[in-house]
Amino acid sequence: MDSRQNIKRLLTLGLILLSCLVLFFAQGFLSSFNIRILNLAAIFVILGASMNLVLGFTGMFSLGHAGFMCVGAYVSAILTMSPASKELIYYMEPIIPPLANVHWPVFPAIVMAGVVAAFFGFLIGFPALRLRDDYLAIATLGFGEIIRIIVTNTITITNGSLGLKDIPSIKSLWIYWGFAIATIWILKQLINSSWGYAFKAIRDNEIAAEAMGIDVFKHKLLSFTVGAFFAGLAGALMGHLITSVDPTMFRFLFTFQILLIIVLGGLGSLTGSVIAGVVVTVSMEFLRFVEQPINLFGLIIPGIPGMRMVIFSLLLLMVILFYRQGLMGTREFNWDWILDKLGVARRKERGVA
Amino acid sequence: MGNSLLVTDNITMQFGGLRAVSDLALQIAPRQIVGLIGPNGAGKTTAFNMITGVYKPTLGKISFDGKDITGLKPNQITELGIARTFQNIRLFSSMSVLENVLLSKHVRLKANPLEAILGLPRYSKARKRHYEECMELLDQVQLADLADEKATSLPYGKQRRLEIARALATQPQVILLDEPAAGMNPQESLELMEFIAKIREQFGLTVLMIEHHMEVVMGICEHIVVLDHGVTIAQGTPTEIQNNQQVIEAYLGAVDEIA
Repeated sequence: MDSRQNIKRLLTLGLILLSCLVLFFAQGFLSSFNIRILNLAAIFVILGASMNLVLGFTGMFSLGHAGFMCVGAYVSAILTMSPASKELIYYMEPIIPPLANVHWPVFPAIVMAGVVAAFFGFLIGFPALRLRDDYLAIATLGFGEIIRIIVTNTITITNGSLGLKDIPSIKSLWIYWGFAIATIWILKQLINSSWGYAFKAIRDNEIAAEAMGIDVFKHKLLSFTVGAFFAGLAGALMGHLITSVDPTMFRFLFTFQILLIIVLGGLGSLTGSVIAGVVVTVSMEFLRFVEQPINLFGLIIPGIPGMRMVIFSLLLLMVILFYRQGLMGTREFNWDWILDKLGVARRKERGVA
Repeated sequence: MGNSLLVTDNITMQFGGLRAVSDLALQIAPRQIVGLIGPNGAGKTTAFNMITGVYKPTLGKISFDGKDITGLKPNQITELGIARTFQNIRLFSSMSVLENVLLSKHVRLKANPLEAILGLPRYSKARKRHYEECMELLDQVQLADLADEKATSLPYGKQRRLEIARALATQPQVILLDEPAAGMNPQESLELMEFIAKIREQFGLTVLMIEHHMEVVMGICEHIVVLDHGVTIAQGTPTEIQNNQQVIEAYLGAVDEIA
């Protein structure tokens, strides 16, 4: 075994231990408000990474992510709420019988939310993925909105525009970050596999990919469905974080927030999505002060709601103008790069995942 | 006819009012090198696109190895064993030389994505074997030392060679080369000819090529088909074609127009 390979293994192990330690202390010492922000960051990491699979790696300009989140959030909420609170919340029209008495534990419900969202992704992808570029964007945007409108109107299932409350709350960092890390690992494995290269080939040159024997439509559908699965997962987690869902949460503007993350992080870089996901979510909270009245050396600026978005818009403008590739471009975090910087000798090696 | 590998049975391609190719009839025997020539706009690339499934012929039938392949999708045709290169190079720009070639093995992979995610043996063994095959292939086309370079950073001639290597990696029986010598100087064209002859021997390939360089076509092809305005005006050996009055007119006519 190569010594460098061993060093990399040790480093990975160390990193896992370190993140466990960080999670442990964060869980123990941070205020519940801060934990909440970190949990939200984990959700945005999942969203960013999964949307990057579709947009960045497969090159499909799809804007339906919020719609799949919506599906996931509702599935998990309906499955986990207690029959008693369902009776209380559905006061306009009662929930249909088979759903009234289901009471699943949280974990399988979240996974189920992903599965149902993936199913919707498959259904929507089947007709929509015959389109390309901006046509696909318009179609998926439309489908995302259709999902939201269906949710608003199927009152006996979703309670319509009143939304759902009293969803079992999850507070633990371990669960959110556990899901986030699992997502990143699965997506990393997929992207580095033969299928991942097929996705990238489709992004680079669809005609050539087809001529090399790749079933373009099947691969696009696979990528889209996997993306929808993780969007559903993230939606479910979102529901458990804020313990209530309603259809207006998942307007298409939400999709643009995820788009902001992946463009900042770099289209085609999981590492970029992770970093940008955390940075954007955390700074979104800490920039709240700009919306408060500010006393600047005697000059009093009244609080303007929405100032945070102005800052992010400016940031995005800067990135597009001066740093088009985003933070990471298509590069990924890897130990080789760090070891090279540290001057650890490298032996000629080349491998495939 | 009985032992032809690739047969096009009077295929016609009609784009609205334009008949790009009419009644093209090719019979290509195994391990033959066939040249498809003709002035610009004669319908050569359209013929390629029909054979490889990009277009479905308006009329006629294409059969490969006794099977009817008319109307199949490009990826299905590649899977059956017909690979191609492109006139304007279409390499995967974000990938390295090795990854470009490795991608062609995807179609030969017998595993599902779940096995890949979990790194199960069936997938990882196949992947390792493909990797070794690709390195060997790159070695044969003298690109092995550039395996980790970005494909689009290679010089033009090598990009052409990589395109051929990428097509070879799909393990084809027939390879369709669309102007492989385009933009090459005489020396490079000569090397390319040797290269094509070599891979034919090595992989037992049948080659159908479109080419404008007459030295290349006359030097390497055993059978030549001449198209003009979509119509087949001549078929035969290089000597027959060189002395064919219609062919001379088609080409000299083109020269007249330029002058």
